[in-house]
Amino acid sequence: MVAIRPETATTSTLTLEVPDWPGHRAGQHVDVRLTAPDGYTTQRSYSIASATDSSTVDLTVQGVPDGEVSSYLVGVAMNGDQFELRGPIGGYFVWEPSAVDPVLLVAGGSGVVPLMAMIRTRAEAGSRVPFRLVYSVRDPDSAIYATELVRRVRDDRGLDVSYVYTRAAPPDHPYPPGRLDAARLAEAGWPAELTPLCYVCGPTGFVEAAADLLVAAGHPAERIRTERYG
Amino acid sequence: MTFVDGNEMAGALEELFAVDVTMARWRCANCGREAELAQARVYDRAPGQVARCPGCEEVLMRLVRGPDRAWLDLRGVTVLEFPMP
Repeated sequence: MVAIRPETATTSTLTLEVPDWPGHRAGQHVDVRLTAPDGYTTQRSYSIASATDSSTVDLTVQGVPDGEVSSYLVGVAMNGDQFELRGPIGGYFVWEPSAVDPVLLVAGGSGVVPLMAMIRTRAEAGSRVPFRLVYSVRDPDSAIYATELVRRVRDDRGLDVSYVYTRAAPPDHPYPPGRLDAARLAEAGWPAELTPLCYVCGPTGFVEAAADLLVAAGHPAERIRTERYG
Repeated sequence: MTFVDGNEMAGALEELFAVDVTMARWRCANCGREAELAQARVYDRAPGQVARCPGCEEVLMRLVRGPDRAWLDLRGVTVLEFPMP
């Protein structure tokens, strides 16, 4: 690990230098394995946040209260520490910069991480494919990458970002706090007639609900890719 | 009990399979549903990983990784289909 920077009160991005890293595709993940001095090992999967052309690997990790691995990564780990990584893994939840279809990204909480890798990769590759991100967060302070997303909406042509605040919204936000629903998704997403590729990532309940909304709006199931975490 | 999805199981399976397993399609032996591994429900807060069918909740496969061997139980899968380059 060569750098760690806080993103929110509970989330940090770890930058890793990985010898012989073969490169990754946007949306892939790695398994991080930790081994205690007594030989006890435990591992968790984390999405890669960095663009595919990066020489280092960024993992954005949310500390969860009883998380054996995450609480170490965001609370204890220091520059110079070494972890065992397996990956990059996955060919299902990936976006290729050569793709031409419009893309709808739907994120719940830290589910934004692999979607950010897609947004960053799109910019690095100079892709003009229209991207829309619908990002559901508890409140403004829980939004990961908020500053970078403001900059990218200004600079990356063809990127839109809409927030859904579930607990507390900023004063200038046009909607009261509430869950993602069909009306918000219809407004902030793409109509099904454009046959966008949809990527949905977040906690299991969020992903199931968002995927159901997309299917109900007419998006074919095979155009909806999902990644859930517990 | 919470579950994640087949993406979580892919790293361990790729020690056994030489291809990207998240795109491998399974057919459930119980209900006949077909989907990619990435769409299975994986329960992993246990000594091993258990993949269940999102349709009927039956066990598709179980994987236990020990220090020097792995056990892969495919009891609930009639076919695994892999895209090949």
